[in-house]
Amino acid sequence: MTDAVYSEARSQGQITRLVLRWLLYLLLFVFALFYLAPLFVMVTTSLKSLEEIRTGDLISLPRQVTFDAWRTAWASACTGIQCEGVRPYFWNSVLIAVPAVLISTLLGAINGYVVAQWRFPGANIFFALMLFGCFIPFQVVLLPMARMLGLMGIAGTIPGLIFVHVIYGLGFTTLFFRNYYVTIPAELTKAAKVDGAGFFRIFWSIFLPLSLPIIVVTVIWQFTQIWNDFLFGVSFSQAGTQPITVALNNIVNSTTGVKEYNVDMAAAIIAGLPTLLVYVVAGKYFIRGLTAGSVKG
Amino acid sequence: MAPILEIQGLYKNYGSTEILKDINVSIDAGDFLVLVGPSGCGKSTLLNCIAGLEPISGGTLSIGGQDMTHVSPKDRDIAMVFQSYALYPTMSVAKNITFGMKVRGVDQQTQDAKLKKVAEQLQIDQLLHRRPGQLSGGQRQRVAMGRALVRDPKLFLFDEPLSNLDAKLRVEMRTEIKALHQNLGATMVYVTHDQIEAMTLATKIVVMKGGVVQQIGTPAEIYNRPANMFVADFMGSPAMNLIPAKAVKNGSGNTIEIEDKTGKPIVLKDTSGRDLPNNVVIGVRPEDISEPGARNGKAQQEADFLVDIVEPAGADTYVVTSLGGRQVTARLHAETTAQPGQHQTLAFDMAKVSYFDPDTGLRLN
Ligand SMILES: Nc1ncnc2c1ncn2[C@@H]1O[C@H](COP(=O)(O)OP(=O)(O)O)[C@@H](O)[C@H]1O
Ligand SMILES: [Mg+2]
Repeated sequence: MTDAVYSEARSQGQITRLVLRWLLYLLLFVFALFYLAPLFVMVTTSLKSLEEIRTGDLISLPRQVTFDAWRTAWASACTGIQCEGVRPYFWNSVLIAVPAVLISTLLGAINGYVVAQWRFPGANIFFALMLFGCFIPFQVVLLPMARMLGLMGIAGTIPGLIFVHVIYGLGFTTLFFRNYYVTIPAELTKAAKVDGAGFFRIFWSIFLPLSLPIIVVTVIWQFTQIWNDFLFGVSFSQAGTQPITVALNNIVNSTTGVKEYNVDMAAAIIAGLPTLLVYVVAGKYFIRGLTAGSVKG
Repeated sequence: MAPILEIQGLYKNYGSTEILKDINVSIDAGDFLVLVGPSGCGKSTLLNCIAGLEPISGGTLSIGGQDMTHVSPKDRDIAMVFQSYALYPTMSVAKNITFGMKVRGVDQQTQDAKLKKVAEQLQIDQLLHRRPGQLSGGQRQRVAMGRALVRDPKLFLFDEPLSNLDAKLRVEMRTEIKALHQNLGATMVYVTHDQIEAMTLATKIVVMKGGVVQQIGTPAEIYNRPANMFVADFMGSPAMNLIPAKAVKNGSGNTIEIEDKTGKPIVLKDTSGRDLPNNVVIGVRPEDISEPGARNGKAQQEADFLVDIVEPAGADTYVVTSLGGRQVTARLHAETTAQPGQHQTLAFDMAKVSYFDPDTGLRLN
């Protein structure tokens, strides 16, 4: 091949590649629009007055921005007979999600550490059963769990909900940590044993400090699951202990007369904000944690 | 004095697989014991059993005269260096070295003093604040040694500590470990699959194969009087020549006939007066086949050989011929005139020859 022909062929290849690259960007852009459209509608609607919603266009920007709907949603919207907004339920959710996430993550870490590094007879069966727990549909366990919470005297309480979330989160958290810890060479544990360290010492001093990426992954996963949970929330709570997802449902469903779309939207965004925040703050580690390989050291 | 380490009738099974069979070893204070054998023969497993990291399935084990069969690793007064070094990745070098003391509640002052001493000894003072990830292979190796040395234990255990280093560094560290052993007067058990490491370091060698001890002895015993054909072949480089031969009783000695490809057998005389079976395998080290006059000794016997290959190796030249259907290597002077395809007279040192039973592989003399 002569130089000219060669360079022509090469520039043609470059053009094709450029076109494909731009097609890809276009496609990604369209998808992004598609996914962001509902959020856009939610945000704009929540900033409009009812009057404007009734007369205006669904996708137009608010003519006059007002935060009334947000105030109402937060502090005075009616969920059934009470009209305190989502605020108390938001704090219920925090009180449920934060301890449940912390406890299930810690227990998952210990479980994963045991299964991966302290092989005991039956470890494989234990782990298989744990995995099986990940695939049980929650509907199946509602009744037995209700009975159990009753027996334990924590039915309808926030500790009860924490308990449920911890139990049903353990399968996943154990799986996450186990898969992370099996990549850590067994000689590390052996070295620490010879150094005189015991079970918990090795966990605290050697394994936990290595675990930041997988802790982030687990916390994001668990927080999203627990914060967004509706089924357990509606099944195992009572007045005063309901999480925000249940409150949101009640606000949207129980309005009589005019439907206050702006309040519904504001309440929905409030309900979604914490998970969004967790992703933004920790998302970088999320990807890193999911792809993290063995520990070089 | 009681031996520092005494293993009696040790068995180790994983499930129904027997990994170690009837191991009996004992070493005295100051010994450098090397466990050597091919990969997968159970060396690491045995070391882990000594450390208490693996429970044993049978037998007893005592360290420093005390029964340790069921004692946990931390109470065995041992320190161990691992093949992968197993440094704690999130701790600095200093923390890695002092972790054991911290766990045992040693006061800060003692910790600092010991850390300083070990760091100087191993020349790693400059690295103390670094993480293991920021060290080269050789530096990691030193830190792993430091972590063991600082403990000042009754028994040091090393699991192939040099196998991850490049060839040059490996030789340097080998010398350094030997010097360390001499200076400390410490007792060490050292695992390797490298027979040269075993020969250079050990005061006592245990050769293993398939979980069974083949021979225990000093490097010289193992090298000069291998207990069976496996040991003969495994220890030494180039390996001992193992040549099938016929022995015929002849007065007070034996006539050894080796088939040569020229059709005329090579005949050697064994004058030791021992009884040999009709079929034997004779084992000769390459350096015990030399040019006539290169060595003195009354047991030199000469014969004529056809040279196949000449391999100069700097200090020596290896000459390969074929005898009894086997390649036979002789180690000659670098100045040898041997040429491939030509005949060469070589002398066997019959005083150094080993005889093996071709069926059992066991040594006969
Ligand atoms: N945890 C284990 N479970 C089952 N078999 C094992 C285990 N550890 C080692 N083995 C087997 O034991 C044998 C000896 O292993 P090892 O002591 O590591 O050999 P070496 O250190 O001599 O190379 C090997 O065949 C290996 O497959
Ligand atoms: Mg090994």
